[in-house]
Amino acid sequence: MSAAPIVVVRDLVKTFVARGAALRAVDGVSFDVRQGETLGLVGESGSGKSTTGRILVGLEAATSGSINLFGQEISSVRGRVTPAAVRRRLQFVFQDPQNSLNPRMRAQDAIAEPLDVTGGWSRIARDDRVRELLEMVGLPRSCGDRFPHEFSGGQRQRIGIARALALKPDFVICDEPVSSLDVSMQAQIVNLLLDLQERLGLSYLFIAHDLAVVRSISTRVAVMYAGGIVELAPKRELYTSPRHPYTQALLAAVPRITSNRARAAVITGELPSQIDTVPGCTFHPRCPFALERCRIEKPKLREIAPGHLAACHLHETPA
Amino acid sequence: MAEQPLLSVENLTVQFRGDAGWVNAVEGVDFAVGAGECLGIVGESGSGKSVSALSILKLHSPANTRYASGAIRYGDRDLLTLPQRRLRQVRGGEIAMIFQDPMSSLNPVLTIADQIMEPLRQHQGLSVQAARRKAIELLDMVRISDASRRIDDYPHRLSGGMRQRVMIAIAVACRPRLLIADEPTTALDVTIQSQILELLRELQREIGMSVILITHDLGVVAEFAQRVVVMYAGRVVETASVPALFERPMHPYTEGLIRAVPNLDEDVHRLTTIPGSIPDPSMSITGCRFSPRCREAVQSCLEKPPSLVDAGAGHLARCPPRIAAGGIS
Ligand SMILES: Nc1ncnc2c1ncn2[C@@H]1O[C@H](COP(=O)(O)OP(=O)(O)OP(=O)(O)O)[C@@H](O)[C@H]1O
Ligand SMILES: Nc1ncnc2c1ncn2[C@@H]1O[C@H](COP(=O)(O)OP(=O)(O)OP(=O)(O)O)[C@@H](O)[C@H]1O
Ligand code: SF4
Ligand code: SF4
Ligand SMILES: [Mg+2]
Ligand SMILES: [Mg+2]
Repeated sequence: MSAAPIVVVRDLVKTFVARGAALRAVDGVSFDVRQGETLGLVGESGSGKSTTGRILVGLEAATSGSINLFGQEISSVRGRVTPAAVRRRLQFVFQDPQNSLNPRMRAQDAIAEPLDVTGGWSRIARDDRVRELLEMVGLPRSCGDRFPHEFSGGQRQRIGIARALALKPDFVICDEPVSSLDVSMQAQIVNLLLDLQERLGLSYLFIAHDLAVVRSISTRVAVMYAGGIVELAPKRELYTSPRHPYTQALLAAVPRITSNRARAAVITGELPSQIDTVPGCTFHPRCPFALERCRIEKPKLREIAPGHLAACHLHETPA
Repeated sequence: MAEQPLLSVENLTVQFRGDAGWVNAVEGVDFAVGAGECLGIVGESGSGKSVSALSILKLHSPANTRYASGAIRYGDRDLLTLPQRRLRQVRGGEIAMIFQDPMSSLNPVLTIADQIMEPLRQHQGLSVQAARRKAIELLDMVRISDASRRIDDYPHRLSGGMRQRVMIAIAVACRPRLLIADEPTTALDVTIQSQILELLRELQREIGMSVILITHDLGVVAEFAQRVVVMYAGRVVETASVPALFERPMHPYTEGLIRAVPNLDEDVHRLTTIPGSIPDPSMSITGCRFSPRCREAVQSCLEKPPSLVDAGAGHLARCPPRIAAGGIS
């Protein structure tokens, strides 16, 4: 049984223009997020993951494409703002907690800021909620009066998570929420996000680089490369039978603590330019299986098995 | 490490001014890194990794920081007592640092070009043109595409991982003898990460660069470092060679960390955690600082702080019961 999608993104494009050059940060991205699921988003650094998330929450305007949130069409293109009622149901946990926390604001006020902005909280209820949130994310209840610089990097990230959860959102975009955390806290936060999801029916878009973490939290996983999704599949399938050569390279490059401490072959080759339009498959300069055709024709993202999508000329015949 | 280490941190205690007086953020920390060696430092958030690393170059704000004990031996100098002027010559030249937080350590009002060229001009005396050429080369080396055009961007126009690579480029620009890298690859995909680590390895081979690698990614430590220091609550609790640490961890805390690493090869319902959380530095704990979270704690653990003991072959652990039992549970 697959629940109805609460987020529908189609053909999303974002172009940044700088000094006359246009940079395609997001280049035709489409996906759904269903009620209660987690869509993991992994991929190359600079491939447009954060930009996609930022467009969804309205921090950035799309160049073109459509977004439907909770059944409401949101024209994300410049000039149109997301209605407040929709915005509240959507929260964002930032990649960079240092940057998203005001250095002169105490932790408790940073966490309570969304409550203060919406209003309607008595002083006592607000303070209780803050302490509850602090505890939820594994910080001492008493540390609310400290300033961001008095916390370690990981502790600051927990404050960001507490803040995002303050308004009990339906959909949370987590942009590398655990990248700066140690393994133990990472595990605690992942478990916490899983518990909250179970309890509250939350949905997540979970952006991260750690493929093992993404496996542990996701329902389905999308892999991005150079502005586009190159593969999307239910997690088990993606990890056990990755079909796109980039996904395969990613999984092979994960450093491990056990046994085969010998390094996997490092893929080399030029990274794709995001400014010049390169014909063909964006991965072809680094792809060990590139065919002549890959240099000329851009592969489309298509279903190669039920629910399993890949954009690669090697997998053109549908199953 | 047979020869004289390149740098050694000895009995370092760093205090911060708290509401109730000075608080030890790290206490009695010892570690050393040899020429061409990579030393990994791991431990939970708040365990004192960054505080230790920043102390090497005395980068804490003097107003509320006290180096209460210790020495940082580098050649025949003690960096803790070196005059600021001479320390500045070491910083960014011989010893370079990649900060944990790339956004706050890049200057938002300067272009990438300005920031990479600065150390090249200052420490290597390059001309503007030569420095720019070198800077583009460095950006290529850290795998930033369209380097000759991206170099004139401001930091906010770069993705998180790109900023991190710019920091790496700045740090290795002057081919330092020691690179202190605080979470240098957390924002990178693993294919780029392995290329960056390969680049660091090349510098190690070519110029004998040493690396202090701080990371929570135990896989990266296992693949890249030779020795590891495990920190907990401001103290070193275990130190060993990489194979010894991962195959025969001695401290219950180290074991917990290794168990908490998520598995790439299977689906799990929930991840394994270490119950409880790290104590705040201001909290006073009489015995072993890990005892409130340790399932193996015995009476003697609560009575006096355990010391770091060599269990043989340079494998040290701060856990008397485990040492007495020969290390393995
Ligand atoms: N404000 C901006 N102005 C110009 N270019 C931008 C801006 N924001 C992002 N970009 C560019 O868009 C591309 C995608 O960036 P984005 O931050 O979405 O990548 P990402 O996938 O999140 O990468 P990372 O994994 O490194 O965080 C990058 O080339 C980046 O430099
Ligand atoms: N400037 C400061 N003032 C007061 N306390 C501080 C300061 N910097 C760090 N601390 C405290 O010192 C302890 C060690 O912090 P440190 O930043 O070294 O942790 P870390 O091991 O690097 O953690 P992370 O993995 O989260 O980066 C923490 O309890 C932290 O709150
Ligand atoms: S389309 Fe061609 S170049 Fe692209 S991933 Fe597939 S085989 Fe490689
Ligand atoms: S000294 Fe005691 S409490 Fe501390 S880690 Fe060892 S067994 Fe546990
Ligand atoms: Mg990002
Ligand atoms: Mg740190």
